[in-house]
Amino acid sequence: MKFGSLVLFALAAVAPSWADEPETIGWTRRTVQVTSTTPRGYAEYQNSCSVCHGPMPERPGTRALAAKYKGSVPAMLEERRDLSPELIRAVVRNGITVMPHFRKTELSDTQLDAIVAYLTRPRP
Amino acid sequence: MRAPPGIAAAVFHSALSQFQKIVGEQWVFTADEDTRLYRDAYSPFLGEPEERWASAAVAPASVEEVQAVVRAANQFKIPLYTISTGRNLGYGGSAPAYSGSVVLDLKRMNRILEVNEENAYALVEPGVSYFDLYRYIQERKLKLWIDCADPGWGSLMGNALDRGSGYTLPYIRNHFEAHCGMEVVLANGDLVRTGMGALPNSKTWQQYKTGFGPWIDGLFSQSNFGVVTKMGFWLMPQPEAYRCGRVLVRRRDDLHELIRLVTLLENSAITNGCPDSASPLLGIGSIGAQARFLAVDEPIAAEDPELARLRDAAQSDDPSGLEAYGRRHNLAYWTFDLKFYGPAKVVAAQWESTKDILSAIPGAWFEDQGEYRFPLAQEPNDHARYPEFGMPSLNNFSIGARSSTNPTPSHGHMWLAPIIPRTAAAIFAANRVFAEAARQFGIPQLRFALPAWYWQRSAIFIFGFPVSEDPAQNRHHREAFFQLIDVCAQHGWAEYRTGPVFQDAVARQFSFNNHSLMRFHETVKDALDPNGILSPGRYGIWPQHLRTSRA
Repeated sequence: MKFGSLVLFALAAVAPSWADEPETIGWTRRTVQVTSTTPRGYAEYQNSCSVCHGPMPERPGTRALAAKYKGSVPAMLEERRDLSPELIRAVVRNGITVMPHFRKTELSDTQLDAIVAYLTRPRP
Repeated sequence: MRAPPGIAAAVFHSALSQFQKIVGEQWVFTADEDTRLYRDAYSPFLGEPEERWASAAVAPASVEEVQAVVRAANQFKIPLYTISTGRNLGYGGSAPAYSGSVVLDLKRMNRILEVNEENAYALVEPGVSYFDLYRYIQERKLKLWIDCADPGWGSLMGNALDRGSGYTLPYIRNHFEAHCGMEVVLANGDLVRTGMGALPNSKTWQQYKTGFGPWIDGLFSQSNFGVVTKMGFWLMPQPEAYRCGRVLVRRRDDLHELIRLVTLLENSAITNGCPDSASPLLGIGSIGAQARFLAVDEPIAAEDPELARLRDAAQSDDPSGLEAYGRRHNLAYWTFDLKFYGPAKVVAAQWESTKDILSAIPGAWFEDQGEYRFPLAQEPNDHARYPEFGMPSLNNFSIGARSSTNPTPSHGHMWLAPIIPRTAAAIFAANRVFAEAARQFGIPQLRFALPAWYWQRSAIFIFGFPVSEDPAQNRHHREAFFQLIDVCAQHGWAEYRTGPVFQDAVARQFSFNNHSLMRFHETVKDALDPNGILSPGRYGIWPQHLRTSRA
């Protein structure tokens, strides 16, 4: 219950319009399909990034960024507003500390572009 | 772009053109920005000239394309290095064993070809990850469990071929043992199916392992004799219940009888999950406790100075003070968590029998660690349970990552993992040897280490050497690693698996009868792959033209 509640709370806090997608089955997220109401970058992020950078404190990426920034910026990448496309691409293709780089057979440039667009989306 | 060693630029160019015709131009990677993505992210030579590098990469999408690529590589004598998902981090990642090889990247071959619920098996391609198969099963609400390695993005096939392990039933958590049937592309492009798969129109490829005649599947694990393009895996029917019970004992020397009885329980199938040991008095956490620690970022409690002093005394062979401290504070010297999968009534009875048997140890006591019923009504709040329930994650990537208790993250790690006998005497002996080696080689010394119990008839120590941005520290760790390989072998222990940097050194230890095992491997290699194009150097097996003296 503890972690299920955390998922729901965090998604409600982010409140994207496509949050009605089925989110979890058991532990990992289901492969999210792009639909007319689901931006591709959101789907790609859920499929490739959220298992480390998802809205749960035990996810290694979220945990590491919480320790790094100590609350000065959100630990969850989807809540960040200061990420530049260059930084996102550089980290994905170069890796950083224990996060390995991603090959293009794992994440193509097109998929990466969609993730960049999602993480740098205009927000009010 | 650099050509593989000894290959003329024009020849390499012709080979790449051929690869492009086979898989399509966009799936042959030659630009530096693309080939550097095939570096080992956790390389023990991080940033040093010796770091392994790929000259190019080719990513086929079908077995026919693999066959064509291999034939072309043979024509031009281009060394290939096969990866599946390329996530074998800590054991080499996606980088070739032989620098300059063209990486044969099978990530695009990611089809789940069959999942059979009734007989609990699956047939998959190399690029299928634990996440992929888990999601497939969950989406279809099949009553099946997978057994996953720690990194959920790992390949079922790649991990099994490297002989990795997981956390559920013994015959399932041994990932190579859990496989049933392979399809293999040989170096000449020929296609072989093993076991019952060699029977045209076979109905039992994933149901009967050994087929007829010599069973050759082992030749394709930790080797370079072929490119495996399909594998079957036995899965686990979803059990009704899981139970975990803990046995706790008071005295240091109780470990002898404790391990003897736990081994008896496991070999008798009275317990059927993966045991997990700890020492509260010595401050050694279990693997489950590590999973909880990695998930919940809690500060480390300050150590009682008296306990620290008594631990040091116990280290110098007088445990009486520590044992007395344990009695005063109700702390056990050793604990084992024992796991049970099955019908609720059966696992309850198994736990009762387990307690009866372990009660032979004077003063032993027991704690219930909870029972779960499946399917789960909610996600478990105990992170140690996720891998035990076949639920993949990347949570272990918190090892070495930045956290409130680890402000200086590493850049990966290299695993030293020797297999030792399943006895307390061996554990005590190994700790003495490792402590002496740590002093001698100037590496941090653990107070005491307990092995993991993934393998049913042996124990395995797992030591992680961090990789950093400091070449001097990495060099120091590599040197210590090499020396520990020698030290282990001197005592009759050896690694079950290692990364390419250390594979020659480990392979050299298996030297019975003037290296007759390696001579056998080389005979097979020369017969199957005379041009030496498949993964040269992998697990210490080199083609004839690249062999050096074993002296």
